[in-house]
Amino acid sequence: MSFIPHSQNEVSQMLKAIGVKSVDDLFSDIKKELRPKSFDIPEGKSEFEVIEYLKKISYKNATGLINFVGAGFYDHYIPAAVDALSGRSEFYTAYTPYQAECSQGWLQAIYEYQTAICELTDMDVANASLYDGGTALYEACMMAIRITGRKKIVTDSGVNMTYRSMLYTYTSNLNIEFVETPVTHGQSDRDAIYKCLDDRTAAVILQNPNFFGAVDDHFDIVKKAHEKGALVIQSVYPVSLGILKTPGAIGCDIVTGEGQSLGLPLSFGGPYLGFMAVKKEYVRKMPGRIAGESADKEGRTGYVLTLQAREQHIRRQNATSNICSNEALCALRAVIYLSLLGPGGLKKLAQVNFEKAEFAKKVFDDIPSVEVKRSSPTFNEFTVLLPRNADEVVNRMVAKGYACGFPLGRFYKGMDNYLLVAVTEKRTKEEIVKFKESLEAVLCD
Amino acid sequence: MRLIFDKSVEGRKGLKISDSDVSVQANLPKKYQRDNPPNLPQVSELDVVRHYSNLSAMNFSVDANFYPLGSCTMKYNPKFTEMIANMAGFTDLHPLLPQLLGGGMLAQGSLEVIYKTERLLSEITGMSSFTTHPLAGAHGELTGVMIIAAYHKHAGNRRKYIIVPDSSHGTNPASAAIAGYEVIVVSTGKDGCMDIDEFKNRLNDQVAGVMLTCPNTLGIFNPRIKEIADLAHRSGALMYYDGANLNAIIGKARPGDLGFDIVHLNLHKSFAAPHGGGGPGSGPVGVKEGLVKFLPIPRIAKRNDGTFALDYNYPDSIGYIASFYGNFSVILKAYAYMVYLGKSGLIDVSEKAVLNANYLRSSLKKYFDIPYDRICMHEFVISVSKQKQKGISALDIAKYLIDNKIHPPTVYFPLIVKEAMMIEPAETESKETLDDFIRVMKDAAELSSKSPEILRCAPVSTPVGRLDEVKAAKDLNLRWHKR
Repeated sequence: MSFIPHSQNEVSQMLKAIGVKSVDDLFSDIKKELRPKSFDIPEGKSEFEVIEYLKKISYKNATGLINFVGAGFYDHYIPAAVDALSGRSEFYTAYTPYQAECSQGWLQAIYEYQTAICELTDMDVANASLYDGGTALYEACMMAIRITGRKKIVTDSGVNMTYRSMLYTYTSNLNIEFVETPVTHGQSDRDAIYKCLDDRTAAVILQNPNFFGAVDDHFDIVKKAHEKGALVIQSVYPVSLGILKTPGAIGCDIVTGEGQSLGLPLSFGGPYLGFMAVKKEYVRKMPGRIAGESADKEGRTGYVLTLQAREQHIRRQNATSNICSNEALCALRAVIYLSLLGPGGLKKLAQVNFEKAEFAKKVFDDIPSVEVKRSSPTFNEFTVLLPRNADEVVNRMVAKGYACGFPLGRFYKGMDNYLLVAVTEKRTKEEIVKFKESLEAVLCD
Repeated sequence: MRLIFDKSVEGRKGLKISDSDVSVQANLPKKYQRDNPPNLPQVSELDVVRHYSNLSAMNFSVDANFYPLGSCTMKYNPKFTEMIANMAGFTDLHPLLPQLLGGGMLAQGSLEVIYKTERLLSEITGMSSFTTHPLAGAHGELTGVMIIAAYHKHAGNRRKYIIVPDSSHGTNPASAAIAGYEVIVVSTGKDGCMDIDEFKNRLNDQVAGVMLTCPNTLGIFNPRIKEIADLAHRSGALMYYDGANLNAIIGKARPGDLGFDIVHLNLHKSFAAPHGGGGPGSGPVGVKEGLVKFLPIPRIAKRNDGTFALDYNYPDSIGYIASFYGNFSVILKAYAYMVYLGKSGLIDVSEKAVLNANYLRSSLKKYFDIPYDRICMHEFVISVSKQKQKGISALDIAKYLIDNKIHPPTVYFPLIVKEAMMIEPAETESKETLDDFIRVMKDAAELSSKSPEILRCAPVSTPVGRLDEVKAAKDLNLRWHKR
């Protein structure tokens, strides 16, 4: 049991070889008074029983709702080949590829992933992954502080609220000054940002599309920030980059994002994929593992983990980050996903997302009491103003079979009547129309 | 092997994407549009499948190879837990659904899994409460250190230092430093444990916490651990348990009973979730009663009617540390593993893990130096120093193991042992596998005098030989470029 192969006879032989009488003798350093005061765990079950037990628990999740919730995490179709390939145990039961010669498959896959992220964002170099979009943004923030030697960060409040809160958690003992500039369901507030920019500013943090779905061209902000010697960090939604202006094209210094949309299931929040790409001059200040090309004595090309002198196992308290385990398997899924899509597929996917959201906006316009916010273009998610509390509407829509959006009042003060609606390629015309009809019915009640 | 990018053929496609079924034909305003498409590969589905299938074959893995990496607990990853993690009822759940309909009624299944995992881990470690939010071991450490900081801040003081022994994992001092502490390093005594006199000397009222691994990276359970905890507590410091090595003591000792206040576990080590080629991991953090209020939000609460809810009402919480509730599918795999094993199964894990390690230790000491030679726990460290005199290094032995289809142990760690090889066999390996490893290690020891060139040239059976790491760091080539 317990996947343990030892027969009683083998245990006896091994104890004899060790020179002890019993397994208990091996634990003699743990004195009696240090033994567990309690170990109240139920006895085990068979494989069949555990599967049935957890299957029943899984039925308690409302996964049957038609999903219009996004808010940074999207219900995209995952091609079967992504599961099939990332489900190969030669990948998923391997460890970090520190021993390069017997990990060439992994190392090459990471090198390819780094390339795909650079291509997607138009940046110079990427690392092998970070935990999630939020921790990637925190790492970017610390990196900007290291590069500039400054300690003030300006964040646009169109950046995901949870991500901003995470920044405050992580830096609560570090004397870093944060200034937030306001956003109301539109683009970044230029004047507010420029007012905060000064020669103490390490970085400006932006998000595109922002939390309200608004698409922006941050070119002017990048220019102003650079004039003040500050870096620009942009958090992006990778699928949108099939059609959206890239962070590289507008001159961003550090790009991060949540890679969940690149072939990862929603899976109640994880595992996800934090990605990071930077300008090449900052590569030695970047956190996380990086794969690089090299050669053996015979000149054969191979890949290794490189620039390890930045990392905790070498530099300990002076490392650029404490990160060790990352999200390698999720990065593998992302590069497989992007390879299956190719440039044309990614563009088409993004365009379909965009068009379906535009269609949904048009359909919503037919409900007189609902106002679709149009202060800026959007990608596949947009903000609507309801005639009453969005929480209440959302709850009633659940009864009709819809997860109809994210009630913005949960994260933003004074936005109790606002709903954030995401429309991915998986939502059909019929679902969108019926959604609108149900919403109309709920609002008429 | 050629890169997937080099296999690209203009116009080739790998996935059929549904056409838009809506009548809107809109475009983003030009100003916001991408200028040039990314140079992603243009390949067929078979191109992708064959490419990554072939790459997968260029790795060692637990499923195919013995993998005795010290401090990494490369135990067998059961298949049924993968199957459970892939159930649509779990994979398709949006993490924000608990924000709809009365706090969690739409996510009762997943909330129940997290709640029950927290309870099991609390009992296994002797802690009061757990959070599953941390996404890896090091992330758990950072969370733990921030809880230490919150505790002292709450008590009205800001202490400056964290103590770690010189045998600690690199993540310990790194996590302490990143959270804003200065690190005090205490050396290891002759017995392989943290030097207790030096510890006493360095301990003062500015020390916020002491981070220890127990058993430590030499595989030694410190018999004076309680004394260390008492000393730390008397000076007002908290005790932090790095759970990387929990596999040695499950059911035999609980960090909570040993005097630890905070613990992180690695579900991808002790609880059989796969390592995924470097991640995703999961690093849940447990705390004693007085520290529960500092745990990250949201917490998972069980209501009186037996349903589960997210609870944000923790004003002293350190706040959000992740986007959501942790790497859910990793947590789910660990939960299924614990339910399957149950009490006796879990105790069996530590007993056989320790048996396997001691069997290897007692068999290998004929051929290699073992600097701290005594009964070990789940792992031990040998030194290749004897062979080094003949010009053979730990790296040479490691590469020779690769030619014998065995993944090398952790090398050159812990830093306090010269030419170290840190060996952790894990409980799931059979006596035949261990005997085979012993035979290969014996051969390696003999070859180091007889035919050292075989070791120095290894590996010869892999797609590439030893790669030039200096060149990789100097002539940085970190991505493909379109020619």
